[in-house]
Amino acid sequence: MVGRWFDSKGWRDIVISVPFLWLLVFFLVPFVIVVAMSFARRAELSPPIAFLDHWTYLQTGNFARLLDDSLYLRAFLTSLWNAGLATLFCLLIGYPMALGITRVTRSWRNLLLMLVILPFWTSFLLRVYAWMGLLGANSWFNKALTGLVNTILPADRAMSSIPMMNSNFAVVLVMVYSYLPFMILPLYANLEKLDQTLNEAATDLGSRPWQVFKDITLPLSIPGIIAGGLLVFIPASGELVIPSLVGNASDPMIGRVISDEFSSARDWPMASAVAVALLLALVLPIMAYTHFEKRAQERVEGRA
Amino acid sequence: MKINRRKFSGLMAAPAMVGMPFVQRARAEDQVLNVYNWADYIGETTIEDFQTRSGIAVTYDTYSSAEEMQAKMLAGSTGYDVVVMAGISLPNFVKAGVYQKIDRTKLSGWKNLDPEVLRILSGFDPGNEHGIPYMWGSVGVTYNMDMLRERIPDANLDSLDLIFKPENAAKLADCGISILDSPTDIFPMMLRYLGKDGDTTNVEDYQAVVDAFKPVRQYIRTFDNTNYLNAIPNRELCVINNWSGDYSTAKSRAAEAGVDINLEYHVPETGAPAWVDALCMPADAAHAGAAYKFLDYMLEPEVIAKCTNFTNYANGNLASKPFVDKAVLDNPAVYPDDKVKARLWAPKPFSEDQDRAMTRAWQTIKSG
Repeated sequence: MVGRWFDSKGWRDIVISVPFLWLLVFFLVPFVIVVAMSFARRAELSPPIAFLDHWTYLQTGNFARLLDDSLYLRAFLTSLWNAGLATLFCLLIGYPMALGITRVTRSWRNLLLMLVILPFWTSFLLRVYAWMGLLGANSWFNKALTGLVNTILPADRAMSSIPMMNSNFAVVLVMVYSYLPFMILPLYANLEKLDQTLNEAATDLGSRPWQVFKDITLPLSIPGIIAGGLLVFIPASGELVIPSLVGNASDPMIGRVISDEFSSARDWPMASAVAVALLLALVLPIMAYTHFEKRAQERVEGRA
Repeated sequence: MKINRRKFSGLMAAPAMVGMPFVQRARAEDQVLNVYNWADYIGETTIEDFQTRSGIAVTYDTYSSAEEMQAKMLAGSTGYDVVVMAGISLPNFVKAGVYQKIDRTKLSGWKNLDPEVLRILSGFDPGNEHGIPYMWGSVGVTYNMDMLRERIPDANLDSLDLIFKPENAAKLADCGISILDSPTDIFPMMLRYLGKDGDTTNVEDYQAVVDAFKPVRQYIRTFDNTNYLNAIPNRELCVINNWSGDYSTAKSRAAEAGVDINLEYHVPETGAPAWVDALCMPADAAHAGAAYKFLDYMLEPEVIAKCTNFTNYANGNLASKPFVDKAVLDNPAVYPDDKVKARLWAPKPFSEDQDRAMTRAWQTIKSG
């Protein structure tokens, strides 16, 4: 009995269930714990949380504070703005690179792809530290750039150095640098599969090269742009390390706020509430998007 | 390879077999010890020497921010047997049951401790039941003298006016002002500077500190506890609010890098909090025997003197003074002279309400 079930169906069930179990145990369960914690209160215990010992057990004060206190809203907006800028610049830089890689010979292609992945062989933290060295007021990089800028500035407005370190500019710059491969790789995967004969057909029918790009390549690469955009935007909006190391506390990002709540304020429930809000703010629009995308797809297919 | 069921179960068992040796790790109970300390905060060979003498294998972990360490300790089950903990936060942690009482009868070196430092620590840990004084020091300001004199030739180095008078801060903004990202150090110091009770329990008073930061916030480059150790030798900062020993560490890092730099450390004349770090034993320490051996070792005058000579922080061991390098002992930034001592006080521990109000006010200041 069992043997026959195993032969017919068992293997498939096991194989399918492994990733789901993984997500269940390592994503859903921890997330439920975080949600539960966001309804708790801070306490002098180890770990420092407690639920109210009378009805109602859940307290919503943490979420109320999210709305009351302008710090959280500001941090959300700064994060979305920075992540949006980083995504935009990654796209502007990454798209031509990805397209370029698909248009060279196979041996060049492998070499270029390898170069895109190469930075991952150095520790992420080390690369951020390298940027700190470059952006600092006394670095050769900053000095050279200052010298260059001073040649076009009038002498009385000459600068001693360009204030790049500890600024929002530095945060976006380092994020674009760090996340660029995450934009290039999905874009490349998408662009590589496009049918080149469509381009030829369009050219035969009289399209100019930029029209071919606008009418054929760009619309067909939208899924790649979306995949790359999400891969950059989502981690960038929760980024903690980059704003802590090169950023300025006056432009707080939400990752830093969560970390501050968790560690220096020892307020785990508040940190959890911010984390839950961040997740909802990021996931709900994406779920809505896929929902409507699917409906639109079905409509198109239904008509055809 | 075609996966059949036997191979599948073999694959499943493999990790279990690889894991076997680690399961037996808890061998001979007290030949192992796990220690958790600040980075760069012990003698160069202290751990090695202890292993050679006792035959106990030490796993030595470090942290670079007090918050990181405290979050870990509060979560519990850390596996550590001895940790170094900031005295000021000790009351909250003792209350939460994180640390166990220390049995003094097992420590022959307790008598070496400085009664003055014990008294300061007892303000955070009544009766000195949960912590042994390790290093101690002050909160103050390090100046890059050349960069400072260039901008303000007649600066009063003992006054916080240099940072909190907007006309001064504006002149110093381009050479870099850095403030400790540590509200428990800043608030007591600022309250005194503003002529208020440094130990006030009235959280309304914190607003005065927020107001004092407002006009100069734009001139403060960063709030930071560790990165200045690299930024000072690179001349990225000229006025650095920090802890006493960091000034010497920055100086020796500059010397290592061959950078000629003129640094001075001053404690504000309006008063600054003294801090004490304590050696503590987590309540769930698994190797208590080895932990006591290690603690008693750290109480030996020669051992702790070597730590001070390397870290440039004053220790809480009176008997160690003859073994401390003269240059370190005579440096008033490390071992404060009477003039500086008169400016230091041990702040009272903060209540839960104070803690929360202070953190909130601090976020307002930082995000200003």
